Amino acid sequence: MSHDANPTIAARFDLDYGDFRLNVDLILPGRGVTVLFGHSGSGKTTLLRCIAGLQRAPKGFLRIAGDLWQDDARDLFVPTHKRALGYVFQDANLFPHLSVDGNLRFGLKRSGQPPADLTPILELLGIDHLLKRMPDGLSGGERQRVAIARALALNPQVLLMDEPLASLDFKRKREIQPYLGRLHQTLKIPVLYVTHSQQEVAQLADHLVMLHEGQVVAAGPLAETLSRLDVPQAHERDAATVWAVAVADHETEFHLTRVAFDGGSLSLPQLPAQIGASLRVQIQARDVSISLQAPAATSILNVLPASVTAMADGDDGHSVIRLRIGNLPLLAHITRKSAALLGLQPGMAVYAQIKATSILN
Amino acid sequence: MLTPDDIATLWLTFRVAGLATVIMLILGTPLAWWLARTPSRWKGICNALVALPLVLPPTVLGFYLLVLMGPKGPVGKLTSALGWGTLPFTFNGLVVASVLYSLPFVVQPLQTSFAAIGRQPLEAAATLRASPLDTFFSVVLPLAKPGFMTAAILGFAHTVGEFGVVLMVGGNIPDETRMVSVQIYNHVEALQYPQAHWLAACLLAFSFTVLLVLYSALKTHPVAHPMT
Repeated sequence: MSHDANPTIAARFDLDYGDFRLNVDLILPGRGVTVLFGHSGSGKTTLLRCIAGLQRAPKGFLRIAGDLWQDDARDLFVPTHKRALGYVFQDANLFPHLSVDGNLRFGLKRSGQPPADLTPILELLGIDHLLKRMPDGLSGGERQRVAIARALALNPQVLLMDEPLASLDFKRKREIQPYLGRLHQTLKIPVLYVTHSQQEVAQLADHLVMLHEGQVVAAGPLAETLSRLDVPQAHERDAATVWAVAVADHETEFHLTRVAFDGGSLSLPQLPAQIGASLRVQIQARDVSISLQAPAATSILNVLPASVTAMADGDDGHSVIRLRIGNLPLLAHITRKSAALLGLQPGMAVYAQIKATSILN
Repeated sequence: MLTPDDIATLWLTFRVAGLATVIMLILGTPLAWWLARTPSRWKGICNALVALPLVLPPTVLGFYLLVLMGPKGPVGKLTSALGWGTLPFTFNGLVVASVLYSLPFVVQPLQTSFAAIGRQPLEAAATLRASPLDTFFSVVLPLAKPGFMTAAILGFAHTVGEFGVVLMVGGNIPDETRMVSVQIYNHVEALQYPQAHWLAACLLAFSFTVLLVLYSALKTHPVAHPMT
């Protein structure tokens, strides 16, 4: 069976616990990081466990890259140990009676694959010096990196990660994040990543699925989904848009770096990044202001032509404006009075002034 | 000093206890695994049945076994029909009775350590391509090692020390069913106090050593706690 012919993930589950019901019908991309996002109790971990087969939804359908793993219409359910997946648990869940090496080889021995050279994975996750150690002697961050390597060593068709950073303190999170960033750039398989952290969404997601009380509220590419006016996140005080950009050139005399995106460019404080490197830029909605004409004289560097695509009233006197710049959406929070004075309407051509940006990786 | 008779009873006792322990581990492992993980409503009844010998007077258990395995009991009729004769007052009968009598001392530590493992390592193993049976041998057994040690030691030691069941089911046949505890009783009845002293001291030293080894080992592996 060719895996390229059908590179997507199709997942339909209906699971009723009485006080909680998971009911989803999703088509997810076959590459990149899809974040399953929601508050605790939204069903995101249950959904991941159903995909892994650790939990069985009585009515379900799951196909990953052309492999059918569950289809209750045909009474088909492939048990977890026969699914080509990698799973990273919230608290690493290493086998305490095996060394790091023993943990890494546990799955490999059983997968029927030829003994693989683990060096690239060990280097990617920076754990090559830990092989002889027992899990007890590792820090939380090291344990989680070993757990990720253990899942990847099997060469799975999909990597499932259940809040891999949630049990780590701030310092350990910072320690492991660069590795996740590298994974993101290297992996060719789809990653489904469960989290309740907006920070992790902004840093890692290519694709976002928002869950609430067992239902999918919104799903789609990250920038589009984060800027949808019908999801609560767009209205929160820290609402923001995330853009994927590439470094275009450096203006060394001004200590600036210009980054390009589909339909424009931005000037950022100088970055130690090579030309062509890809970056994520986060723009807070409250750092975006709108004017009808191109400002003739302004200290703000990033003024971009935009069009208004949608508007909504926020709950504390502000308006949430959704703009489109080139092919990217941008959220702006302005006061309701400003919106009225400018006479903003969907479809209008305006200028967006971006007062500040932050780099996520 | 120990007479040859005393040494024969010691040897018989260890053979009964050793064989009973092996059988209890083989029967007790799946039983404890099932009890530790089943949501079944039969679990309560099974737990109670397994634990019954803990509270039942040994003579009561011995009496029922005698009746069941005797020539007129259902088990006795079955064993006779199979050509094995009847079990009471034989070595095999003694082993069967010991297994039933000491089973809670094997099942409970195993059940506790299986429950302590939880479902997490099992799920990790499943995501790493291990079938349930493979997981049992490669993950559960190593993690439950302290539980198995406790179970084996307690099961063995408890069988060595039994008296009531032995007297009811086994009787007092030299080299066949006469165990140490009965031999001590015989010595006391015959007013052979020095002999009784020697055997009693042997059992005391044995029991103390066993418990000492057990609790020192458990200090380093605090996973399993005998519930008894």
